Amino acid sequence: MRFSATHCALAAFAAVSLTAVGAAFAATGDASVTIKNFDFHPMAISVPVGATVTWKNLDGEPHTVTSTDGAFRSDALDEDDTFSFRFTKPGVYKYLCTIHPRMVASVTVK
Amino acid sequence: MDHDPTRRGALQCLGLGAGTLFALNGGVLSGFDLAEAAAPGAAGQIGTPLFVQISDSHIGFNKEANPDVVATLNRTIDLVNGLPRQPAFALHTGDVTHLSKAAQFDLASQLLSRLRVTELHVVPGEHDVTDGQGTEFFARFGAASKGRGYYSFDHGGAHMVALVNVMQFKPGGLASLGDDQLAWLKDDLSGRPASQPIVLFAHMPMWSIYEPWGWGSSDSDQVMALIRRFGSVTVLNGHIHQIVSKVEGNVTFHTARSTAYPQPAAGVGPGPGPLVVPSDRLPSMLGVTTVSRAPLHKSLRLTDTALA
Repeated sequence: MRFSATHCALAAFAAVSLTAVGAAFAATGDASVTIKNFDFHPMAISVPVGATVTWKNLDGEPHTVTSTDGAFRSDALDEDDTFSFRFTKPGVYKYLCTIHPRMVASVTVK
Repeated sequence: MDHDPTRRGALQCLGLGAGTLFALNGGVLSGFDLAEAAAPGAAGQIGTPLFVQISDSHIGFNKEANPDVVATLNRTIDLVNGLPRQPAFALHTGDVTHLSKAAQFDLASQLLSRLRVTELHVVPGEHDVTDGQGTEFFARFGAASKGRGYYSFDHGGAHMVALVNVMQFKPGGLASLGDDQLAWLKDDLSGRPASQPIVLFAHMPMWSIYEPWGWGSSDSDQVMALIRRFGSVTVLNGHIHQIVSKVEGNVTFHTARSTAYPQPAAGVGPGPGPLVVPSDRLPSMLGVTTVSRAPLHKSLRLTDTALA
């Protein structure tokens, strides 16, 4: 019973925290993309102007996040490395991994 | 020299499956076990070693597939330095470093300087130019090409051509040389006698091995059109961390092993990442390629040697 009580308290705390974080995210529309098994997930995302997108590489092989028109370019991201970019202009930003150019994805900024 | 313990140790390791010597005569590729090639009296048939190829050292990599890539590169260098007859020069076909970092290039340069060869020729891999410009790579290895990456030189009668196919990627596509480099290559090869042995070397495979993983070059047809008239062409690459060979007419294509870690065979698993194998099997999947010129033939011969 004691465990359940603690568990419930933690769950309630977590719910409150998530609500707060969720509200913060909703305000700016920040988003995250994971890189795993030689693909970007999700491959297409849509964010509002001013949002920051953060990529995280979960593969043992390094990847880059490189826009095809030069708007942004990460260093080579080793396993668990992240890269963030804030989108200040609307448009469709296509990007790829320059180490594995078959890995392509896009960010749509509205 | 024959009593060099390093060499003797290396030769003793050359059992079945450790390596294969390829002889190219009239466009036909023949394979010999390396132990046979290293046997007493075989040296005359093997000819003079022209150069060695090492590849994909990935200095900076430290994960499970090989936590000590410095040690395996050092073992490779020991193997080269212990060859019974020293080759004139060495090629490194790219991915010298894992993440293009200055410290990784510094360490790699320091390690490679121990090679007992008069010249080291290096072409970049995609891991060496992740900044897009290859600033750190060309600061160290760009002198021969004035920072352009592609250049040619002659040695022992063979015409050697360094090519760069990791700087022009199209999204979703394959490696390419690009129009400027193709025009330069056409000019470089024009007027050369068809009897001159030609060796092209670049990082990524210059023929289609497995396109879903990017193991190919989009302008390989244009390159083939330029080299087809020659009687002996050898095309050397790295990138896929395993040996794959093909003969097309007088052209022998060959990819080298890595000195760092193996990769899966084409299409096995989610992608071309580091392949974890039991540590006692790792040395047999790493290695070095030696290219020699047969004394009585104009063809070149390739010999692959594993670290164990």
